[in-house]
Amino acid sequence: MGVGITVEHLNAFYGKTQALFDVNIIVAANHATALIGPSGCGKSTFIRCLNRMHETIPEARVEGKVRIGDLSVYNGTSATQLRRRVGMVFQKPNPFPTMSIYDNVAAGLKLNGFRNRKRLDEVVHKSLHASALWDEVKDHLHKKSGASLSGGQQQRLCIARALAVQPEVLLMDEPCSALDPISTGKIEELIFQLKEQYTIVIVTHNMQQAARVAEFTGFFLLGKMIEFDKTERIFTNPSDKRTEDYVTGRFG
Amino acid sequence: MPDTNSNSAAVLIPQVSMPPISLRRRVMDHVMTGVSVLTVLLVLLPLFAIFAYLVYKGIGSINLAFLTQTPKPVGEPGGGMANAIVGSMVILGIASLLGVPLGIGAGIFLSEYGRNRYGDIVRFVSDVLNGVPSIVIGIVAYGLVVMRQKHFSALAGGVALAIMMIPTIARTTEQMLLLVPQAIREAAYGLGVSRWRTTISITLRTATSGVITGVMLAFARVAGETAPLLFTAFGNQFWNWKTDQPTAALSLQIFTYAISPFDEWHRQAWAGALVLIILIVGAVAAVRIAVRHGTLAGA
Repeated sequence: MGVGITVEHLNAFYGKTQALFDVNIIVAANHATALIGPSGCGKSTFIRCLNRMHETIPEARVEGKVRIGDLSVYNGTSATQLRRRVGMVFQKPNPFPTMSIYDNVAAGLKLNGFRNRKRLDEVVHKSLHASALWDEVKDHLHKKSGASLSGGQQQRLCIARALAVQPEVLLMDEPCSALDPISTGKIEELIFQLKEQYTIVIVTHNMQQAARVAEFTGFFLLGKMIEFDKTERIFTNPSDKRTEDYVTGRFG
Repeated sequence: MPDTNSNSAAVLIPQVSMPPISLRRRVMDHVMTGVSVLTVLLVLLPLFAIFAYLVYKGIGSINLAFLTQTPKPVGEPGGGMANAIVGSMVILGIASLLGVPLGIGAGIFLSEYGRNRYGDIVRFVSDVLNGVPSIVIGIVAYGLVVMRQKHFSALAGGVALAIMMIPTIARTTEQMLLLVPQAIREAAYGLGVSRWRTTISITLRTATSGVITGVMLAFARVAGETAPLLFTAFGNQFWNWKTDQPTAALSLQIFTYAISPFDEWHRQAWAGALVLIILIVGAVAAVRIAVRHGTLAGA
């Protein structure tokens, strides 16, 4: 089951440049939350703070409190432990090129020392079903490399890979920006099903997509969270002038 | 091109009628193609010439005795280089056991942890080491191993060759790991995989074929080295299976025989050189085939 996320006074930096300013947000469990805003506004930085991917960049640092379920993200939890509970799907599909489709999905478990063959088969099977990829790849799970799939399939493979670790939260950083409309449709459908079991935070440049998949939407501008509300309200009756300008296409 | 597009954007592009490709350009095209083919031939020619000459000179002296017997004293016909062939393999085996892990380890450090001043120092030292004459490295191994053991040995020869392998392997490994996209590493971090595990199982795994190319380059380079073995492995006229005793090596045997005044030894030196080249090519080819065999479709 998914868990909620609480963020308090989050500031993030790249060296001396501050990328996020005092972000506060409460993400509801088992719902999809979309983050919108123009390029460079800090959306990606924000979700990378949720699973501590931000700190993998040299000289990047974070201040503030993040809680995911009962886990304090920046206090006493190891980054690797945390990331097993908070899965991530990236902007560009990034399957492991030297691994078979099966090994790609099993990678998270295998590399963390899980070796039970029967359980692995089961998890791979379930994850590929959950990401709606099973029927397309079932005949060459072991023979073909993850990199041999099409872009849309690769992205669903990456989703399956993230699901296989059985996270509680799934972070998606513009998962459809490199995909065609048909693949995008498949992934959006997937998000709809996945939010029954996972808490989903999705960064997107596509406002229609935010409106379609998310119950809640946050609007970022210049590193600040301008507004956070029910998706419907953000798109029909936002309380901030800047949000209104953005969603109606007057800038950005 | 016929203008079937009537919207305004197309109208703004001025229509340029391309002149037919001139004779000069067509001739130039063929000339340049010819020149590049010629340079390829020029590069390959010495290689084939050497190989052909080796076969011509050496094939007559390769027989079962050459591959199974130890050298005979001067004047006695027959005998072979079996002990040198095995000795070379032992020395190269020791060199690879020491040099490959150290070189790959240094390469991992340089690419994953060495983006700083300390890394720059290591890179510089490694490049300098790459340029040190091989005989000097032989002297170093003499000081490090032979002086301590009090006698020449296969181990000392292996250490000398390993020192020569390390910088090549380290630098190519570094370059190959840097080619692995950051996104692949992030994918692993995102699954909760620790950094060292990501480096070994993902980054290094993804760069395997490139890293192996580097290893094979280093291996082929040291396989024919003679100078560093002169006062480390030293050579031996008899069988020796102990790694702490003077050991024969093909390159040493070729050297000794080639500078001797005896025709029979000259012939054997040619045969030895041919065997050495075949062994190197064979080893490199075997590794390549093994690697290709383990690669997935579409990878």
